[in-house]
Amino acid sequence: MTTAMPRAATDLSPEQAEARERIYAAPLESLDPAKTDRFPTGEWQWVFERLRAEDPVHLTTEEHSEFGRYWSLTRWADIQAADTNHELFSADGLITLNRPEPVARTTSIFDGRELTEEEVQERQKAGIRSLLSMDPPDHEIHRGAVAEGVAPANLAALEPLIRERAGAILDGLPIGEEFDWVDKVSIELTAMTLATLFDYPQEKRRQLTYWSDVITTQAGPGQPAETQEEHDLAIRDFYMTMAELVGSRRSEEPRIDFMSLMAHSPHSVNFSEAELFGDSVVLLVGGNDTTRNTITGSVYFLSQNPEENAKLRANPKLIPSMVSETIRFQTPLTHMTRRTTQDVEIGGKVIPAGDRVVLWYVSGNRDDAKVQDADSYVIDRKNPRQHLSFGFGIHRCLGNKLAELQLRIIWEEMLVRFPEITVVGEPKRSHGHFVKGYDSMTVVIPRRN
Amino acid sequence: MNVTFTLQDQTSRTVEAEPGWKLMEVAVDNAIPGIDGDCGGEAACATCHVYVAPEWRDATGERTDLEQAMLASTFGVRENSRLSCQIETSEELDGLSVEVVGS
Ligand code: HEM
Repeated sequence: MTTAMPRAATDLSPEQAEARERIYAAPLESLDPAKTDRFPTGEWQWVFERLRAEDPVHLTTEEHSEFGRYWSLTRWADIQAADTNHELFSADGLITLNRPEPVARTTSIFDGRELTEEEVQERQKAGIRSLLSMDPPDHEIHRGAVAEGVAPANLAALEPLIRERAGAILDGLPIGEEFDWVDKVSIELTAMTLATLFDYPQEKRRQLTYWSDVITTQAGPGQPAETQEEHDLAIRDFYMTMAELVGSRRSEEPRIDFMSLMAHSPHSVNFSEAELFGDSVVLLVGGNDTTRNTITGSVYFLSQNPEENAKLRANPKLIPSMVSETIRFQTPLTHMTRRTTQDVEIGGKVIPAGDRVVLWYVSGNRDDAKVQDADSYVIDRKNPRQHLSFGFGIHRCLGNKLAELQLRIIWEEMLVRFPEITVVGEPKRSHGHFVKGYDSMTVVIPRRN
Repeated sequence: MNVTFTLQDQTSRTVEAEPGWKLMEVAVDNAIPGIDGDCGGEAACATCHVYVAPEWRDATGERTDLEQAMLASTFGVRENSRLSCQIETSEELDGLSVEVVGS
């Protein structure tokens, strides 16, 4: 199909315009929206812009992707329909779009023990199991086991603690000097929260950040784990630490940290090694770089959009709405993956049973059919809470209110302290097609209020 | 018709509602705190959770399947829990009373 290339929704640099033209010139069937290097460059936007218009339910075949055959849902309505139909779109064993056939392991990643033939097969079939990659009824049991950790009453109790920490972090920042916002603020605040949620020693909080970073990246030069051995060792370390925490919490009075909740859940004695590991990973990663990247994104987007920044500074009541708009615009997790349980008709196509389907939240959030002027960052838009970034349906983000709480507090504390935050150059964006965020961002705070 | 929302701080607010609206929409329209309606009324986010007063339970009907699944994954669920986006206002519900749960 050939369609004239529409005008770009926003102003583009010459390089961006060229990249966009290239994407529009490619044969439609060759488009592989999961291609990892389009995320740090921002080119993903035009792939999805084109697919939403020309082929909203898009099949990528083996020959066009290192991720194998998969379907992409790119329009809001189709994504929401799939996310809310867990009977047709199963989450079992899936989270991100992975490369097919992971390297077969014959030893347990958890403790180095030799696996039986059966265990190897089981693992390959199921992948790592977690609340996020389970269907009912298991899903309810695993989610129910830990949900109280972020229940409204617990969040109310956390608020003063988060505020005190946010204040201390901000008061410690240098004035008139360049520094990395990601490291000094975004990671610091979220790591402290994470340590509290796990009731893990605060002085060791950066270990949690390290584990989370290793788990969400492949081993390689310049990555959190430079080699496969380092990668495997970190994962084993994390698992052993979590297993130990659950073990020791069992003999203690129940508390509301995630590990104690897991330990005292009447079901958890039946959780397998893989499930305990999977749940811990989701609780670790789920709340970590998502929130971190939203904090960084808010500073970046406001610096890019001076009018929006002026609105916020004139009216701090816009903080909650700015937070929601930032979560939409950033879309910290680009997608979730499901598998069809039967042939499914959606958007005029039939997806055969057993195929992988990618729900591209990052595309649905830019769908003009649902969000007016979707490519613009507007902090006082009409329905800022309507976005896909937390997913919908039974897997909807368990920690969404906690994420918003941290964002609201850090901004309340920032606005009273700093009249201005200047972003220096462009942030360094993370690699990969799942976590959309920033490795570092240099800023200067010229003065205090 | 009128609807009374008991808020999380135990005060209550009575508002006028047009028949044919979703109860969630009535709440959002009147800025009732604790009712967000993030998914737009599709029983997909559980941010409009309410407890229906006992005398109104029959009149407001049964939970839908998706609503049931969402409530199974939500905080503070009781027998009289409903997602207010799945309740449509009508003259028969004049005087309806619900308590906001919050999420
Ligand atoms: C801006 C920040 C965040 C974003 C964008 C985000 C995004 C998401 C998304 C997209 C899902 C899957 C939804 C689906 O499959 O339909 C999810 C699930 C989840 N999130 Fe978050 N998240 C954030 C913060 C947090 C925080 C702070 C926590 C804290 C613990 C957390 C814990 C979880 C858990 C446990 C799940 C699995 C829920 C389930 O499968 O039932 N998230 N999140």
